[in-house]
Amino acid sequence: MTLTQHLAELHRYRALLGALAGRELKGRYRGSLLGFLWTFLNPLLLLLVYALVFSVYFRVQMEHYAVFMFTGLLPWIFFSQSLSEGAGAITDGGSLVTKVLFPQQVLPAVKVLANFANYLLSLPILLGFLLAGGVPLTWCALAFPLVAALHLVFTFALVLILATATVFMRDTRHLLNNLLTLWFFLTPVLYPLSQVPEKYHPLVYLNPAALFTLAYQDIIFHGRWPRWDHLGALALLSLVLLWAGIRVFEHYKEYFAEKI
Amino acid sequence: MSDHPAIEVRDLVKRFRREMLERSYGTWKSLLLKPFAKKRERDFITVLDGLSFDVAAGRTLAVIGQNGSGKSTLLKIMAGIYKPDQGSVAVHGRVSSLIELGAGFHPEFSGRENVFLNGTILGLSKKEIAERFDHIVAYSGLGEYIDAPVRTYSSGMYVRLGFSVAVNVDPDVLLVDEVLAVGDEAFAHKCEDKINQFKRAGKTIVLVTHDLGAVEKYADEVIWLDGGCLAARGEPLRVIDAYRQKISLMEDQIRRDQCQPQESLDQERWGDGQVLIEAVRVLDGAGGERAVFQQGEALTLEMDYRQIQPTADLVFGVAISNAQEVLCYGTNTHLDRVDLGPLPTAGSVRFDISRLDLVQGTYLLDVAAHATDGRAYDYIKQAASFAVRSGLGDEGVFRPPHAWRAVAKGENP
Repeated sequence: MTLTQHLAELHRYRALLGALAGRELKGRYRGSLLGFLWTFLNPLLLLLVYALVFSVYFRVQMEHYAVFMFTGLLPWIFFSQSLSEGAGAITDGGSLVTKVLFPQQVLPAVKVLANFANYLLSLPILLGFLLAGGVPLTWCALAFPLVAALHLVFTFALVLILATATVFMRDTRHLLNNLLTLWFFLTPVLYPLSQVPEKYHPLVYLNPAALFTLAYQDIIFHGRWPRWDHLGALALLSLVLLWAGIRVFEHYKEYFAEKI
Repeated sequence: MSDHPAIEVRDLVKRFRREMLERSYGTWKSLLLKPFAKKRERDFITVLDGLSFDVAAGRTLAVIGQNGSGKSTLLKIMAGIYKPDQGSVAVHGRVSSLIELGAGFHPEFSGRENVFLNGTILGLSKKEIAERFDHIVAYSGLGEYIDAPVRTYSSGMYVRLGFSVAVNVDPDVLLVDEVLAVGDEAFAHKCEDKINQFKRAGKTIVLVTHDLGAVEKYADEVIWLDGGCLAARGEPLRVIDAYRQKISLMEDQIRRDQCQPQESLDQERWGDGQVLIEAVRVLDGAGGERAVFQQGEALTLEMDYRQIQPTADLVFGVAISNAQEVLCYGTNTHLDRVDLGPLPTAGSVRFDISRLDLVQGTYLLDVAAHATDGRAYDYIKQAASFAVRSGLGDEGVFRPPHAWRAVAKGENP
């Protein structure tokens, strides 16, 4: 099946995609006291703890450090949560995989979309912090949809591959969760790139997650345009990865129902 | 409906990897530790082996066979969940599968929300679900509970709601896997009504079930799968009979293999073992072993016995019960005032029924050897079974020889 067919099926089942993503979001906090408020409270608490640790305990010498960190942390949460939840999308699908027929790519897509929605919903908090911290938004923030869209494609492509791999290799998730922790520290979320010695910058640039983080920091925190060469590279990488992800997923998906 | 078949199956082969069936999963760890572990070649199990058949539009096909014969796999391939390894399956029209009721139900959500979710999964648009919503709720009989979270539902309510959504998809082809067995009496009737309604509406139905009664009731045609091959195919009664015959022969075999005289004190068999019944056979008029009889045919029950401690006080008994375990008839040599004469220490006794005046159904035979006072030497419950076939739909337990005639008023009989 080709790339376009795969995406067309996703589009055709968008109602299901929406319904399942809604289920995922609502179901996550249904039955808990504060309900949907957790969507906002989670990152807020995280932010407070990080701010406490790094600004008060650690005394990082940087203006508006908490806001800076939050700018990179929110997209990282979206990315890492999507990956770790998405990896199990097929194996956790249960009867949806083994007993009902619909395009299976919906399942990983749902995980990514739900986390993406969560990410977007937490943006107002970021905005509040920007305003409270006196960091001005500039026109460059208009590049956000572009960066976020690329990030979404990149994440979805990785999730397709990971979800397929998990079906055949059940420890993919454990491995992944460990790697994500390492990956997090290699990505300039907690520290600005300026803290990294100049000679190591090319090394940082090899990490696509770093490029995304830098782009978010550029357009939201620093109020400048992102590095277009980076974005171009990310666009190319995301599309190649999406193509590969769809190829892998489509190639193996006929075994999903038997294998789980 | 057009003339071409609704379902076409051609040379269908399906194999499963043994490791998949055994649920052993690969891991990166094992790949790292044993990168060169060869996958054994013969690790495939052929579940379906070269099936070919058509189902004409508007017909109801039942698939029967023992566990592991490939019935459910066949249905899943028809539903498109599994892919054939060889051959092809083409299903024309909208398919709804009652393989899993309430797929994707989320326990925290209300029945209402889940109807929309489940309907979307089954391929309905939001608008289509909204149009059918009232009907779905009415049909499920959930009433006000539709707004309660599904986790508070009983399993019956859960199934009813799932069933309501599935049948309201309005399919051209309906695939049913054993789901009719769940739920209470009222639900069973509802299912029955719905299937009849589908049949009248000219829908094609494929039914996988162990319930041979349901097969007789609904199916226009039956296929019997045995080890992934088509063992028989055709008119329901004929195929079911052949199937029953095979099953009862196998059960006999198992019983024979398990027939350990020492273990005579289990639930199904008791007695002090002074006399043992070593084999029980159901024979037809010609003396051949049979499991299926036509109404009115002759049947002979033959049992081999052995006297461990020879006794003169020996009575043989027989009881016939139907599938509901209602005793239809029971007697013994003492009640019948039969003297079998001096019996050898080992031999056979025959119980001849010249006419089987029983209605259609499955019957179980208990046999016993006991003393005149009723003390059991050897009592075997459900020692054998046979089925009675009849083209008539008469009901009840037994069928007395009878005739009907019209009598004018005043006329002497």
